[in-house]
Amino acid sequence: MCRLAAITASEYFSPLENIHALETMKEGHDGSGMGLMLKSLGGFAENLKEYPALSGICSNDGLKTLDEFMSSRGWREVHCWEPDVKPLPQIIRRDHYFTKFYEYPAGIKERPWEQKEALLLETRIALRKLGDKDESITVFSFYPDVLTLKEVGDPLMLAEYFGLEKGDLKAKIVLAQGRQNTNYAINLYACHPFFIQGIGTMTNGENTAFVPIREYLMSRGFPGYIGYQSDSEVFTHILHYTTKRLGFPMPYYKDVITPLKRAEMEGRPDKDALLLMRQSLRMLVIDGPNCIIGFTPDGTCFMVQDSKKLRPGAVGGVKGKYALMSEECGVDSAVPERDRAKDIFPMKYDFVMISPGAQEVKVWNQLKGN
Amino acid sequence: MEPVKGKLDVNHELTLKEFPYIIQWRDDRCKRCGQCTAVCPVKAIVPDLRVDRAAGSEGPTPNPSVTRRVTQIVKQVHDIDRYCVGCAMCSLVCPNEAITPEFNPNHKFLFYKNRAGDAYKRGGRRNDPTPSTLDQLKFTRISMLTDPALDAGRHEFHLRTFLGRILPPESMPLKAENGRLVVDKNSDIFIPPVREIYPIMIGSMSVGALSPPMWEGLAMGVAYLNEELGMPVVMASGEGGMPPRLLKSRFLKYFILQIASGYFGWDEIVRALPDMVADPAAIEIKYGQGAKPGDGGLLMSYKVLKLISEIRGVPMRVDLASPPTHQTKYSIEEAVAKMIQSMSMAWGFRVPVYPKISGTKTARAVLNNLARNPYAAALSIDGEDGGTGAAYNVSMDKMGHPIASNIRECYLDLVKQGKQNELPIIAAGGVGKKGNLAANVAALIMLGASAASIGKYVMQATADCLGDENNRCNLCNTGRCPRGITTQDPKLYRRLDSEKVAERLVDVFKAADVELKKIFAPMGRSTELPIGMSDGLSVGNQEIAEKLGISYVC
Repeated sequence: MCRLAAITASEYFSPLENIHALETMKEGHDGSGMGLMLKSLGGFAENLKEYPALSGICSNDGLKTLDEFMSSRGWREVHCWEPDVKPLPQIIRRDHYFTKFYEYPAGIKERPWEQKEALLLETRIALRKLGDKDESITVFSFYPDVLTLKEVGDPLMLAEYFGLEKGDLKAKIVLAQGRQNTNYAINLYACHPFFIQGIGTMTNGENTAFVPIREYLMSRGFPGYIGYQSDSEVFTHILHYTTKRLGFPMPYYKDVITPLKRAEMEGRPDKDALLLMRQSLRMLVIDGPNCIIGFTPDGTCFMVQDSKKLRPGAVGGVKGKYALMSEECGVDSAVPERDRAKDIFPMKYDFVMISPGAQEVKVWNQLKGN
Repeated sequence: MEPVKGKLDVNHELTLKEFPYIIQWRDDRCKRCGQCTAVCPVKAIVPDLRVDRAAGSEGPTPNPSVTRRVTQIVKQVHDIDRYCVGCAMCSLVCPNEAITPEFNPNHKFLFYKNRAGDAYKRGGRRNDPTPSTLDQLKFTRISMLTDPALDAGRHEFHLRTFLGRILPPESMPLKAENGRLVVDKNSDIFIPPVREIYPIMIGSMSVGALSPPMWEGLAMGVAYLNEELGMPVVMASGEGGMPPRLLKSRFLKYFILQIASGYFGWDEIVRALPDMVADPAAIEIKYGQGAKPGDGGLLMSYKVLKLISEIRGVPMRVDLASPPTHQTKYSIEEAVAKMIQSMSMAWGFRVPVYPKISGTKTARAVLNNLARNPYAAALSIDGEDGGTGAAYNVSMDKMGHPIASNIRECYLDLVKQGKQNELPIIAAGGVGKKGNLAANVAALIMLGASAASIGKYVMQATADCLGDENNRCNLCNTGRCPRGITTQDPKLYRRLDSEKVAERLVDVFKAADVELKKIFAPMGRSTELPIGMSDGLSVGNQEIAEKLGISYVC
């Protein structure tokens, strides 16, 4: 089972805090890999927020192809961050780990954000397709103020490998997940967290409704709904579909993935809408034991459970810093100074949302709709 | 050589070896009560006399003498019109286990059952006792350690499906107001009627085809399932309407009214419209039937007695043959669309209206047309193993399309268009043929069906219908159903207790519900019906696996 460690704060912090939290939960993961996703970047990237950041892994040839492609499309690289890799015998080193910051091609910068966002997605997909055959290019995210780093291996060892202790990598929101997709073949694309257009999520547990959901998303005609090396990627895309494609307010994500039964809807003032959603969005209902943690484009962080709450999950912290973890010990590691009595263990109807800057925690109850 | 005298043409007399069932009668056990010959629905056995010749000798010296003794026996007749159907009612009534029919696998029945040029007609389903594709499918994706299996006994399960046209998410007339979604009352988007139902439906069997206690029993069972157990099971009427009293009752909401090419019963339905206190669950327009593709409904004159003639609005004792196709049908674009519209309009667009077709290679063409018609509520496809009360044997045995690949192709076609949730596909025809009701239903759902429909299984399970795929009984068309299920003859149908039928129907659904959970729980599915979850299915046959797009296992 994956272990998840997310921290949201008003100040910049190092992703090492997440990795240490993962370490406390080590009994629950096999240390087979790590995915880090940082949002609201600080440190070296604090002044690069406006530039779309392309995170990925390339072979030497792949990097050449990538650079040629980007420059042929008019993207101008303004900064390239590479981790200070310290070779370790346990980690198979790849040629290039990077996050490149780009200036938009001429004429794009002035366009509306929606068009720029669509271009970023289109570019990421094009790069992914370029490197798919020979696995020379792997791209995780291409978006302003978001950085992603993934590799196979033990998270603590990977922190050392990437030189995170001495580096200047910081952010206000960090998602970390401590396991490769060991249910299936190891594949870098299959490692959480997943990202699409400002939305990042990671999940623990297996989604048994994966195949029908994947088929449904892929049939929506949206270019970003591809990939699915992992059953967990659909959680990210469902949130994207719900909030960005359908334009529903955030809490309705819960109503899409784990809808109420008809009788339970009676207590909701929006039951007529729920009834329609229950029918129309039936193919996106998740099943299996799942705890989903993620962030939205505005920096809200959330935790939500499957309809039976079959996975653990704890949220705790103080104003200005909250941890969303698979286990209580992870919260202890990240925010030891909090009042533990106020920790939240979201149950099946709960949707925990932490406002941007970790200012406020709200537990939205699905039965009441508020 | 002597010329043949007496019977000249013994060559045209059949031996018992030609017959599908041969009666095994035991002289030593029979007490000559006559119950078997009385109960035989086809008069295949008759009381007869046999003369036994015995040679013996008495006294100290040989003195042979011959005695003749007349014995009463039970004899099977050699008349093809009175062939033993293997129903075994004789065994059922025999107090001494003296008689039973035995299946003769080498019979040549079909060579002879066409006397006077009359092609063989019967009831039942396709006579093929081999396991269907559905019965070969296995559920192989078992959740165990990477994700915990669910508990079929304790966890909550949502075993419901939708009957009705479902709007795509992008077209829902919803708008956000103060962070809350509301239905936009000013929108001109038509919200089609959708029913939440149990995923096993009772398929169309007409009031005329079934006896009063059978139909009543099913109707009572359905009402009980809905009102006492909260299981929204719906039942289709079949062609020929429904008793007016039921049409005007609140129970109508549990029934799907079928309109077929003969329009039988629809005078009464239209007349009852102003007095209806509830809408029907749906309207099914029958264009085809799996058991007899290309044939219309057929109710033989023996069944058209007083009640049926009144409901259908026809004289008594006439054959009621519906045309093979709707007379108004020229093309799917106009006629079917118009029919769906007309039916929808009759109930103020509050009732889902959907067509039923027989399994066919052209199902996808029909489906694609319906997918473009926003009023089409579903498509019901009835596969080649579907049952019927009366049809030509050749139609039943040789016409039609297996349901499994038909459903799968249709579903995948909808997936390509992104409409897999808009037009529910109802699968029928041979569901539960070998008794594996829940497994067959689950497999169909995972292949892409939204619901499955059962008919023959219901008759077998709730009223002990004797028919099987070795052509046992299958007398439904004759009005002489020995169980009293498909007859209008009070002497026969009083054998059937409607209360028991209702009780058994409830048993069947309760047990199927448990079994469905037992299938879905280990596969980690409970929150929603696993429609299209093809990764959970496998089969030990490479060609079937390839055709259905599921994995091959061995």
